[in-house]
Amino acid sequence: MIEVKNLDKFFDGGTRQVLHNISAKFYDGKVNLIIGQSGSGKTVLVKNLVGLFKPENGEILYDGRDITLMNRKELKEIRKEIGMLFQGSALFDSETVMGNVMFPLMMFSDMTPEQQRERAQFCIDRVNLTGSADKYPAELSGGMQKRAAIARAIALNPKYLFCDEPNSGLDPKTSIVIDQLLWDITHEFDITTIINTHDMNSVMGIGENIIFVNKGHLGWVGTKDEIYDQDNEDLNNFVYATDLFRDVRKYRRQHGYTKTKVEY
Amino acid sequence: MFFTKGLEAFGNYCTLMWRSFGVPERWKEFFRRYLNEISKLGIDSIPLILIVSLFIGCLCTILIKLNMQSPLLPRYTVGFSTREIILLEFSSSILCLILSGKIGSNIASEIGTMRVTEQIDALDIMGVNSANYLIMPKILGLVTILPFLVIITMVTAMFGGWAVCYTGILDPDTYIYGIQTDFVEFDVWFALIKSLVFGFVISSISAYYGYTVKGGSVEVGKASTDAVVMSNIMILITDIVLTKLLLM
Repeated sequence: MIEVKNLDKFFDGGTRQVLHNISAKFYDGKVNLIIGQSGSGKTVLVKNLVGLFKPENGEILYDGRDITLMNRKELKEIRKEIGMLFQGSALFDSETVMGNVMFPLMMFSDMTPEQQRERAQFCIDRVNLTGSADKYPAELSGGMQKRAAIARAIALNPKYLFCDEPNSGLDPKTSIVIDQLLWDITHEFDITTIINTHDMNSVMGIGENIIFVNKGHLGWVGTKDEIYDQDNEDLNNFVYATDLFRDVRKYRRQHGYTKTKVEY
Repeated sequence: MFFTKGLEAFGNYCTLMWRSFGVPERWKEFFRRYLNEISKLGIDSIPLILIVSLFIGCLCTILIKLNMQSPLLPRYTVGFSTREIILLEFSSSILCLILSGKIGSNIASEIGTMRVTEQIDALDIMGVNSANYLIMPKILGLVTILPFLVIITMVTAMFGGWAVCYTGILDPDTYIYGIQTDFVEFDVWFALIKSLVFGFVISSISAYYGYTVKGGSVEVGKASTDAVVMSNIMILITDIVLTKLLLM
């Protein structure tokens, strides 16, 4: 489990506070979503979680190990347990899909080149890119690039998988495919998956543990079944921003769905 | 303000260089990248060098001949002066100024694009020392290949000067005699030493500008331009320092 305690993050030499006293838990073997509007601090939170930013205050505990107190060497070790899917996929342009997936294996595993290739092929097959192993990222569609990036992220059997806006730039159908893939991988390999998104379809599709960040503050914590009927104005403004979800709320009210009790 | 910013940039540059020069994660991968950089930055520059050197050699000979018409000067002075210009300045400094445009922008834009497309973040997340992985092979690759490019430049430029003599401006044998007159071996070593320093200057400064870029494609383009400008300025400054230290 990853636990965040009283996290503060400042920018511009300490004059601009982006995260205010955030505390949250991200559970093992579950799809944990960080949701919120653009500019709310989601990406900053994720970058703190993976150690790309160092918070000014607070703790980030990976199964009890505080990464904010780790030196570069210790951080490097823990990063071998992390896979990350970036918003723009971040595949290496000069390498094929196979080269990209083999890269972490080549750098950090003791496998022979044949074993690396075998493992990479398994990951590529797992994300349904079997015929595209020899293609370069520029030859792939957005959805295929995301799948290739997922294959690379899971190559070293990570304990933790971070995804920054996995559906950005994808059509709704491809988004569902990616969401489903992330859900399947999380449960198949028992990974702690943390997804940063503002896509409500993802929230309703795969959100097992949802953390709502609003203007840098922790706004709400719950599950996808609890999110519909909350007395939280900021959360409701976010959830019911689209006509589709306003219609869902109307439908639920017309058909007598009751509020769900939530423990914070 | 300008001084503080410059000092901060220099500090960041030194920190990046410190991070870059560590023990590689995987030696095999390092050598693969190192050889690839030698090929990309050095071998691929040979056609440009050949063309530029050949023409500069020709021009040097023609212009020196035109400007040394005095009967008091021996005819072989043309060959002698051409050699001195080529060995002392053109083969190292001017060549590196030319190459900084090609190689510097290549390095800055490649690393800058990797930065803005989060490929460097991806390396860091994986636990790879991205500075070491990306920058060290480029610096060592360029420092390795540049002395060879300097030698190619010397030979080609002097050949160009000799070839242009056949147009009738000078007796080729007099030119050959001129380039052999009062030859000081250290002049060649001087050019080679300068090329090692310039190789480091071009690759490290360009890598710094690429690695620290923030924003998008516009900023990558600006970083490329800044890298070339700053590399050129630093080449000229170090040229003066090295000339003063090694020749005076």
